[in-house]
Amino acid sequence: MVQASREQARRYQAFVRQYHPPRPVLRNCVLAFLVGGTICAIGQGLLNLFMVQGLPLKEATGPALAVLVAMGALLTGLGVYDDIGRIGGMGAALPISGFANAITAPALEFKREGYVFGIGQRLFQIAGPVVVYGMVAAVAMATIRIVLGLTGTGGAP
Amino acid sequence: MSSYAVAFVVGGLMCVLAQLVLDLTRLTAAHVMVLFVVLGAVAGGLGLYQPLVEFAGAGAMVPLPSFGNAVFQGIMEDVDTRGFIAVFTGGLTAAAWGITSAILFGWLVAALFNPKG
Repeated sequence: MVQASREQARRYQAFVRQYHPPRPVLRNCVLAFLVGGTICAIGQGLLNLFMVQGLPLKEATGPALAVLVAMGALLTGLGVYDDIGRIGGMGAALPISGFANAITAPALEFKREGYVFGIGQRLFQIAGPVVVYGMVAAVAMATIRIVLGLTGTGGAP
Repeated sequence: MSSYAVAFVVGGLMCVLAQLVLDLTRLTAAHVMVLFVVLGAVAGGLGLYQPLVEFAGAGAMVPLPSFGNAVFQGIMEDVDTRGFIAVFTGGLTAAAWGITSAILFGWLVAALFNPKG
């Protein structure tokens, strides 16, 4: 087999790129803004709803997020969240309903592999890395603050 | 009404930032999600994220960086009362609502529904 030189490979890549449609970055950003903004506004509505019931903001946050998670999971089961994701891109993926989608979709897809290696394992296909690196980063930041003698949560160090 | 507008704009802008990273780099959506959770924890550790939460409400609490920030805040709150050992407990306590509901509802939907297409 003839090995292509690095220069040939680079030229081929440039040649192929000419025929790729350009990514509609501006359009994607506008849609991400609208979809992500809408989900956050719904979250604000849920937050206000729970606060009207007499919960302080700190205690209203959990239930409001849980409702968004339930909606994200349910819409994934109905096949609707995939459509929202195709339109909204990261606007659908970044809110916590997208986290619920990332948990539910692979579990559903691999259901036929059983409750342990299908659903149980695939639930964390994407959520696993998210939780792992969130936890590692947060513990690292907390440890740094403690070592520097900066306790308390508010304000800049 | 304005709390909705602020949540919409701040949450929307965070999604635009994530979309730009997705479109302008070779990272996948999963990479971007991990990156933003880490950024949330770092911003929390620098004392930058909590003011945003107070300003934007759900606009800062619904997107994923909030998860990293919440874990950090949970640890630090617990550290105040229990000392360094709280590094092992405070984080998951703060993230309990999100993680528990995601596992529970995700499992329920996967068990009850069948995949489409």
